[in-house]
Amino acid sequence: MSQYILRRLMIAIPSLLGISLVLFVVLALAPGDPFSELATNPNVPPEVQAALRAKFGLDDPIYLRYLHWLAAMAQGDWGFSFVSRVDVDTLILQRLPTTLYVVGSSQLLALLIAIPVGVYAATRPYSIFDQLANTFAFIGFSLPTFFTGILFILVFSVKLDWLPFVYTEVPGSGIKWAIEMIRQAIMPVMVLGLFQAASMTRFVRSAMLDVIRLDYVTTARAKGLGQAKVIVKHVMRNAMIPVVTLIALQMPAVFGGAIVTEQIFRIPGIGSLLISSILANDTPVVMAVTFVFACLVVLFNLIADVLYGWLDPRISFR
Amino acid sequence: MALLDIKGLKTHFTTDAGVLQAVDGVDISINRGETLCVVGESGCGKTVTAMSILKLIAMPPGKIVEGEIIFEGRDLVPLSSHQLDDIRAKEIGFIFQEPMTSLNPVLTIGEQIAESLRRHEAVTKKQALERTIDMLKLVQIPNAAGRVHHYPHQFSGGMRQRVMIAMALACRPKLVIADEPTTALDVTIQAQILDLLQDMKERFGMAVMLITHAMGVVAETAQRVVVMYAGKVVEEAPVDELFGNPGHPYTKGLIRSIPRIDLDAEHKTRLEAIGGSVPILINPPPGCRFAPRCKYAMSICTEKEPRLREIAPGHRMACHLGDAS
Amino acid sequence: MAGLTLASPSAERRGYSPLRETWRRYRRHKPAVVSAVLLLLLIAAVVIGPFVWRVSISDIDVLAGMQGPSLAHPFGTDDLGQDLLARMIYGGRISLAVGLAAMLVSVFVGTLIGALAGMSRGALGYVLMWLTDLFLSLPQLPLLLMLIYLFRDGLKAVFGPEGGIFILIVLVIGGLRWMPVARLVRAQFLSLREKEFVEAARALGASPVRQVVRHILPNALGPVIIAGTIDVAAAIIAESTLSFLGLGFPPDTPTWGRILYDAKDFLDIGPHWALFPGGAIFIAVVAINFIGDGLRDALDARKVI
Repeated sequence: MSQYILRRLMIAIPSLLGISLVLFVVLALAPGDPFSELATNPNVPPEVQAALRAKFGLDDPIYLRYLHWLAAMAQGDWGFSFVSRVDVDTLILQRLPTTLYVVGSSQLLALLIAIPVGVYAATRPYSIFDQLANTFAFIGFSLPTFFTGILFILVFSVKLDWLPFVYTEVPGSGIKWAIEMIRQAIMPVMVLGLFQAASMTRFVRSAMLDVIRLDYVTTARAKGLGQAKVIVKHVMRNAMIPVVTLIALQMPAVFGGAIVTEQIFRIPGIGSLLISSILANDTPVVMAVTFVFACLVVLFNLIADVLYGWLDPRISFR
Repeated sequence: MALLDIKGLKTHFTTDAGVLQAVDGVDISINRGETLCVVGESGCGKTVTAMSILKLIAMPPGKIVEGEIIFEGRDLVPLSSHQLDDIRAKEIGFIFQEPMTSLNPVLTIGEQIAESLRRHEAVTKKQALERTIDMLKLVQIPNAAGRVHHYPHQFSGGMRQRVMIAMALACRPKLVIADEPTTALDVTIQAQILDLLQDMKERFGMAVMLITHAMGVVAETAQRVVVMYAGKVVEEAPVDELFGNPGHPYTKGLIRSIPRIDLDAEHKTRLEAIGGSVPILINPPPGCRFAPRCKYAMSICTEKEPRLREIAPGHRMACHLGDAS
Repeated sequence: MAGLTLASPSAERRGYSPLRETWRRYRRHKPAVVSAVLLLLLIAAVVIGPFVWRVSISDIDVLAGMQGPSLAHPFGTDDLGQDLLARMIYGGRISLAVGLAAMLVSVFVGTLIGALAGMSRGALGYVLMWLTDLFLSLPQLPLLLMLIYLFRDGLKAVFGPEGGIFILIVLVIGGLRWMPVARLVRAQFLSLREKEFVEAARALGASPVRQVVRHILPNALGPVIIAGTIDVAAAIIAESTLSFLGLGFPPDTPTWGRILYDAKDFLDIGPHWALFPGGAIFIAVVAINFIGDGLRDALDARKVI
């Protein structure tokens, strides 16, 4: 098993390198000098500008520039934000926990909805429950997160006045603080979680339907185990294997949704940092945040691979 | 009294094209400790008949529309799947055709055998494991105590079928239904599995319902034989009577299709095949279902359905040939 | 069920044609039929709309601002008193055009890469599939935002503010969505390459290009059509997302996403302003997705990941 994880890690490194290469090539191909804006930006002291130009070695050949950039990134030297006047890594580390908190909670919510609904629908295909679940799932993943976010604000903040629609840094601690933290996270987590739950429900249902007609399920039923046990122990255990892969494939979309949600509810995570940096032409931050998102996707793929190996004994023994 | 008595069983499937009459009025009975072979081509309804006994067919689209399945004096047809759970594996064990796909790939074989024991018998986890290892030893799996914790993909096809047999017999059922247990295996392994099954039958004294399409297997193992064609029983006889004095043209065709290696070169005849194939069982025409492929077909054969009638003690067949009435 | 073989009765019916059979199966998917009608109406509305509803999209009348739906303004007005119906008709043209154009780009790129990967038996195939997997794990939205950020000004200078953004958005969205099509086309190639009729064509001396165009691509058509349909919906969402984040089309180009972006700070006093464009995006996307679902049933193709 540990050998398997190690091998997966070895596969993750080339994809990280590949992603970094794509990002760098994009940056290098961009018309004009991405730092030319700096000249007119009063926030940037000239010495920082010069240091940056030197570090990026803008006159070196492109492969050297890539290696320099990569080396700097690997050493944690991610540059300096012109706007916030702090190191980019400090800025990102400040914001990252909030993003992970919102994304993690919404993934959890999505699983808590999708698994029971998908499993139950698959055991009664074409029943009224199944058709309702299917229709809601279909509508759910056709609803863009920015629109659901606005609908939620309209209903729960404007009309009902139940929940705050702006996420704020609540100072303090204790129960009151915890309640406030949860309250303000409800809407963003719901928006992102429901969106995820919609596609996950479809994955779970179709994976369950694929497994439910297999021979070993008949074997299990022939043992007199009873419907519930057959479904949970024999069908679900196997259906989760493809579902893990599909959820991992969804991760880029999840982070896309996180950016939108953070922007709508003004959550101080790395998604809203990306948007504000783009609007402020803060290139080092834009590059770094994009790379962090890429790393997160690779990381979640790695986690999915490990889960996959744990769920499917055929993998780990190979 | 027979252990299992199937009377007039009809299992139909609803499809887009119409109602498929997969099993259409089948009578089969099995006595205690007996080996009964059900033989016929693919699609003749033998598997559906067997699966109907424990309601293991997909319902819907499948449905038992008529008939009784009397097991030890109790009709199983009206029972719910939940009620049948007490009979499954405990009273009637099942061995499936495909050892490669009939075992759950993510559970150890020990877990899969033990869960049956723990469902039906008051045993602790430890006792269940011990009995599982004993069963694996009985079916001659080497190093049973070690292999009990292995996963199905670590076993060969023949070994997996031994595991399936151990699983089916774990709770000492009174009847074991084996659905083409050797079809998916290599020829050399086939004989081993059949021997093992015979061995187990003698040891536990259970009845075996062996479903097969291979007449060679029938000759080797059966005491009594039921021949099915297109959802119906066409002939039924003790094994020697069937091979010595086959009545139905379809049975004769099946017997002639067995390669003979016991004859001298001069006496060898061409291996015969039965022309045509099993008809599609959606709105079948009236009369005998074998008539379109039968070289003895008469005009009555396409008009009136032949009934099963006794032509010798214990030997019944459904054919108009030689029918005086 | 061992051996229960069912001949397809429809295949034996006289006057059989693949197109009619597809339509027959598509018709059975009721939501897909309703969606097709809905989408046609939507397209008709944005194409014919400006000739019927001759109100300017940019007439400012601050006194008539923030009005709900009325006879004069069926969809109400925004904060500057601009007519929302006219703006939405205009924006709908752009949103739908972006969706279609981006789909064409992604299908073209995907077919090209998939065909190359499917034909090559050597390293090229591996490299292309590795690239496909790499692109699948790229975080699309951040990359999209970054590309727009970096290239926006350059293209604006060449093609003008609206044209430049249009080309950029179409290329970027299309360029980031070709992977499913590439996988499908490659899979078709691998399974068809050894089939008899392609072998026969090869034996008859058909050139590789001819084999591909005449024999393999038509067989890959079904799955590609389905993937392409879903791409249209995804591209509409992507464009709307960009505009909603304020990074898509310029403020004077009222795409649906852009209107929503402008409306989002006035939810308490003018909810209609956000509901109409949001609803339009939703209806377009759900209709296209349902059509894709219906086509999947009709073309009987495997699922698209």
